[in-house]
Amino acid sequence: MEIKLKLNGKMITEDIEADLLLIDFVRSHGCFSVKRGCETSNCGLCTVLMDGTPILSCSMLAARASGHEIQTLEGLQQEASEFVGFIADQGADQCGFCNPGFVMNTIALLRENPDPTDDEIRAYLAGNLCRCSGYEGQLRGIRNFLNSRKRC
Amino acid sequence: MMNIKTYVRAQSLEEAWQLNQKRSNRIVGGMLWMKMSNGNVTTAIDLCDLGLNIIEEDEEAFSIGAYATLRQLELHEGLNAYTSGAIRDAVKDIIGVQFRNLATAGGSIWGRFGFSDVLTVFLTMDCYVELYKGGILPLAEFAAMKKDNDILVRIIVKKQPGAFRYNAMRIQRTDFPVLTCAASEINGKVTLAIGARPGKAVIVTDEEEILKNGITEESAEAFSRYAAAHVKTEGNIRGSAAYRTRLVQVLTKRTLTEMKGGL
Repeated sequence: MEIKLKLNGKMITEDIEADLLLIDFVRSHGCFSVKRGCETSNCGLCTVLMDGTPILSCSMLAARASGHEIQTLEGLQQEASEFVGFIADQGADQCGFCNPGFVMNTIALLRENPDPTDDEIRAYLAGNLCRCSGYEGQLRGIRNFLNSRKRC
Repeated sequence: MMNIKTYVRAQSLEEAWQLNQKRSNRIVGGMLWMKMSNGNVTTAIDLCDLGLNIIEEDEEAFSIGAYATLRQLELHEGLNAYTSGAIRDAVKDIIGVQFRNLATAGGSIWGRFGFSDVLTVFLTMDCYVELYKGGILPLAEFAAMKKDNDILVRIIVKKQPGAFRYNAMRIQRTDFPVLTCAASEINGKVTLAIGARPGKAVIVTDEEEILKNGITEESAEAFSRYAAAHVKTEGNIRGSAAYRTRLVQVLTKRTLTEMKGGL
């Protein structure tokens, strides 16, 4: 079947299998920031934005994305660059495998709520699992970014 | 792993219903639970073009399209004002935002899952489902029915003035609940729903009129003991039957007292 969608600003028309998952579609187009993790819709590693809304690409058929705009971290480098350094400064990641999912969902959070409280950050990012760090480093990094933005 | 041969975006409910009469065809909702299953699907029927992803509100009721997401329920100001945030409390710990942006209200209700926070909270409301062929029927009646090949179109919550509250016990945030508990007081009648027993949510009514003089510290305690005695629980990996029965008592009292403003 044929689908037509916009991936990181580029229109793509392609014949796909009906059961192709969106994660496999975007990875086949070089978006390797999108990771396959738990396969049970729990870990958030595969987070992409569909029409600006964060979703789990491991759990959506690519066919349903037809007619929509999909963004991965490859297409949001500039927006991500504003705060990822603050997360790195905290040593928040060890293996880094969860990082793209965290960054994608943080982008969605900050678009939806530009000045979140710590509890709102925790709640929004609860669907992003990290098995290295314990989450405090990510929280400190985002908090430091928000504080620095207020000082500007 | 589920294999799908063809994918169809239905252009009408009738087309979707016709396709859904074949046993090997399946309607896809959020697909989060379905993707965990094995087997072959001849045609995946997607209702995403039918405008069912909308929550409408008028003076008498909320109409929640089957494809409205759990995140829409969480953020809907009208629903959460009416339920004092009980809807938001019921869905806020279901995995994460990305999951709730996909999971649909209709899928949660249609599945009649034992672990469903969504079914639990709606069971305490004056709530109905609209089926394409089956028409409108009370949610409690629908929850007791076996699955068939009809299509859930929308969920209707009538705006009966009342009070609502929701609590759940989870081992950790984003996990399945160990027990769910919702309560309402509509026209002086208290309705309690207990889910994740781990079986499907059940309604507990005040047959012994324990609460007939209102919810007080004492009557809430007595009703919580009544609920614990009448709700059947079982054990699984998240907790034993005895633990769940204790939770029924604790969460019932907590939910009733919080619903009355902490007494």
